[in-house]
Amino acid sequence: MSRGHRPSHRRRGREDSSARPSSERILVLPGEEIPAHGLKPGPGTYRTGGKVYASVLGLLSPRPPLVQVIPLSGRYIPKPHDTVIGTVTDAQSTFWLLDIGAPRWAPLHMTGTPWKIEVGETDRYLHVGDAVTVQVENLDPTGRIGVTMIGENLGKLEGGTIVHVSAARIPRVVGRGGSMIGLITRLTGAEVVVGQNGRIWVNGTPDAIQRVASVLRLIEENGHRAGLTERVESYLLSTLPTDAAGPELPRSGPGPGPAADRDDPSTPAPAGLGSDFEDEEGEGTDGPSEP
Amino acid sequence: MGSVGAKEVPVLLSPEGLRIDGRKLDELRPLSIRAGALHQADGSAAVEWGANKVLAAVYGPREVHPRHLQQNHKAVIQCRYNMAAFSVDERKRPGLDRRSQEISKVIGEAFESVVFVEEYPRTSIDIYIEVLQANAGTRCAGVVAASVALADAGIPMADLLPAVAVGKVGGAIALDLKKEEDNFGEADLPMALVPQSGRLVLLQMEGHLTEPELAQALDLGVKGCREIYEQMKRALRERYAVGPTAGASS
Repeated sequence: MSRGHRPSHRRRGREDSSARPSSERILVLPGEEIPAHGLKPGPGTYRTGGKVYASVLGLLSPRPPLVQVIPLSGRYIPKPHDTVIGTVTDAQSTFWLLDIGAPRWAPLHMTGTPWKIEVGETDRYLHVGDAVTVQVENLDPTGRIGVTMIGENLGKLEGGTIVHVSAARIPRVVGRGGSMIGLITRLTGAEVVVGQNGRIWVNGTPDAIQRVASVLRLIEENGHRAGLTERVESYLLSTLPTDAAGPELPRSGPGPGPAADRDDPSTPAPAGLGSDFEDEEGEGTDGPSEP
Repeated sequence: MGSVGAKEVPVLLSPEGLRIDGRKLDELRPLSIRAGALHQADGSAAVEWGANKVLAAVYGPREVHPRHLQQNHKAVIQCRYNMAAFSVDERKRPGLDRRSQEISKVIGEAFESVVFVEEYPRTSIDIYIEVLQANAGTRCAGVVAASVALADAGIPMADLLPAVAVGKVGGAIALDLKKEEDNFGEADLPMALVPQSGRLVLLQMEGHLTEPELAQALDLGVKGCREIYEQMKRALRERYAVGPTAGASS
């Protein structure tokens, strides 16, 4: 977790910068040769014929002794300890399968829940289609994702709506130290739970849900550009309901009490991802490939 | 458009060496590519190439359906090429036919050779190619669209895959045939190139070419592919440009 001054570079909008020095953000595409300068090919790259090429679309990130490419798009790649939101896709006698937006469905075993469940009774607790907050526990080399529902702020999500954004955008949705998500909940009065997998649970008045959904789309489409917080703020202020003027918590809404609680799972997120986005070694999930 | 009912072979090559639409022999039809044209898919692209309009969507890596196709050591690539009923002026009977099955297969296999399928065992990468308007060269337009969509979906692969057809019209080797040239020409040779290695991963041929003509056609096709490659990269750069929007240049 060597943070350094790198994140501040990331926040700066720049023209496409293939000709710039390597401390800037350089967009590379699959098949593009990467100046390796003696570094070893890391995640998102491959080597052939003595040269290193990018294998995914992303930002070039030299990280001695590796040179790697941080993907800008793609499915959620699970990391241990990530808090994610999933929907139940299947209930077997001892476990459920969850769609968490990863390449594979994640099995949630009945022993990984706070409930006392008899074998064969799983579907009395969670039905296909239910939304849950779970934590990634472990990953095995075949790609199986182990998740648990035991832990703080984990459990079934009642009501609300799930909005999808790209998992790569979650650091921007959360903002530095949770600033962005704080801004959104403050100006809409909605309850929001952010999963590191790009699934965001929103509850509140229909109007609040709708505004959160549009602001999330705004972030998704402009997340790689500068000046995002200002844009989000001006959008939210311009769409404030006229009757409940004032940026202070409007009306009673869905009850500010639980909302305050609900915000909690989202606030650890910045610590997890806001900084990890560039720092994480990739956990070997998409390691370099040697054809 | 088109002259499906035409009884006579049109003049495909003018005495000045210009083609039916005024192009030179080594000239591509106008091509425009937009990455990320669809919202729901993991990756997508829209391609307009001459009078062709093709949409590609990529989902995955995701759970394999049907299950029995799952491979324990790699991802499977499932490709579906389809032409809309309204894509040609004589209504096309909707659904899979032998032609679209074949094209789905060759395109899927072309991508299997560039996508790093070992990175996602037991999953499926699904490629959908929908031809909305057809004017010859739709499989190549489909490959171009699907390739940009795969990159947009963040799928690791050796390279993008530009594709183009070369043919023989009026006795000359010509790049990127349009419908009349395809229908009345002497040969059609679609190909897809891996620019990084120079390998061809899709090559089919209809009609007749002599050996020197084939060599000439391959050269011309590779040149065309490299031109298309640049446009594919430009489309992706446009989509992921890290430029300022609201005058926020910091």
